[in-house]
Amino acid sequence: MSLIEALPIALLGALLGLDVVSFPQAMISRPIVAATLSGGLIGHPGSGLLIGVVLELIALDTLPFGASRYPEWGSAGVVGGALFSAQSPGMPGALPASMLAALLTASISGWSMVVLRRFIARRLEKSRDRIEEGSRDALMSLHLSGMSMDLLRGALVTLTAMMIFAPLVRAIVAVWGSESAASRAVVVVIAAVVAGGALWKVYHSVRHVLWFFLAGLVAWSVLLVTR
Amino acid sequence: MTSPLGTTSMPKLPFHVRTAMYFRLLALQGSWNYETLNGTGIGFAIEPALRYLPGGPGGAAYRAALARQSRYFNAHPYLAGVAIGALTRAELEGVEPARIERFRTALAGPLGSVGDRLVWASWLPFCSVVAMGVYGAGGSALAVVGTFLLLYNAGHLLLRAWGLRIGLSRGLNVAPALGNPVLRQGPQYIACAAAFVSGLSLPLALQRVAGPGRALAGGIIGAAFLGILLLARLREQAEGWRVALGVLAVFVLYSVIT
Repeated sequence: MSLIEALPIALLGALLGLDVVSFPQAMISRPIVAATLSGGLIGHPGSGLLIGVVLELIALDTLPFGASRYPEWGSAGVVGGALFSAQSPGMPGALPASMLAALLTASISGWSMVVLRRFIARRLEKSRDRIEEGSRDALMSLHLSGMSMDLLRGALVTLTAMMIFAPLVRAIVAVWGSESAASRAVVVVIAAVVAGGALWKVYHSVRHVLWFFLAGLVAWSVLLVTR
Repeated sequence: MTSPLGTTSMPKLPFHVRTAMYFRLLALQGSWNYETLNGTGIGFAIEPALRYLPGGPGGAAYRAALARQSRYFNAHPYLAGVAIGALTRAELEGVEPARIERFRTALAGPLGSVGDRLVWASWLPFCSVVAMGVYGAGGSALAVVGTFLLLYNAGHLLLRAWGLRIGLSRGLNVAPALGNPVLRQGPQYIACAAAFVSGLSLPLALQRVAGPGRALAGGIIGAAFLGILLLARLREQAEGWRVALGVLAVFVLYSVIT
């Protein structure tokens, strides 16, 4: 993938990376949205949606509580969606390889958010006296530069990930040894386990919640039989 | 006008000022950092209203209030509007600074925990599993993404607007508003609804991801069931996404070298 080809994807990664924390937190950065949008940018929104759903199941495990450190799914969703959508349909290794690239991007991008927050704290230290004097300019400068840096962070993470992972995923898909059905099955099991564990972690303390889940499973079974 | 407590009544904020505050509220965490958390964001969002303090923008009252509101603060971003509205009213009514500081300290904790429970641990997962249900039912990319964004943001944008309105109208007496049934019992009802939708939608979505053919269905269900039990037992000791990353890396490596 050339730099020119990666630029629109990086721009999307920047915008969706900004949504995670800075603006507007409308959850356009969730993988189910981000991967679908980047798949659409490549020309295959359906492929983007497929990997977006799998990544969303895994993202259920991470709740963005305050100062906790968590993976950043906006840029990661964009990278995963673009990588998977760029592969020929039906290639057995495309989904696992693209997912692995997206998860690595999420981890690295989460670390980049920590770096950015430390950077903003250092900038705050330098302008602290002026902010303590009630300087509007100092406060606006700190806030708007924080948002600009976050935008740049998302773009850089997405661009770097695309430049590294696009050739790597292509190479992995070319030498992939496992058969198609097994490859999909492994991905489905991983997503089901993480999503199931995540929902249990979040909801297990709520009274009768297991009964509601079982009722949903019964409804699914009825659908399965009657369809 | 001066009240019996020595405070003045709040001037009516023009619509464009309240709108500006609302949009700035969406960018509350633009300068989030480990020192003041979203304190500078509070200063950023409240600033348009502080221009109505005696002396106008740049005046002594304005500068003192802006400095005070830009200090350490922590709240859930969607509920921070409650604090911003209440603090705006307190500043414009001329409440003494020490009382405002105490109020800021007291309000931060509840706004964080209530918001985390209601939004991150309830509303967001619920909207995710609903969207996955649409996907599992065969929905198009537009239908899935549209359902998720419309549903999620209906709650998100209304919650922010409610918070700002209730804060502005009640000022420092805003605490009872946090006893609102939606905030108190909402997470429990949403959790039950999410559990039901999960039971229905996750198998549907996973079926569509797995594709046609049921040769491996038994193995998938068995492995998933065992894995969920194991991960549920480990709970705080294992982060699911890290487990996924590790297993996937091993599988990719195996598939490349065989």
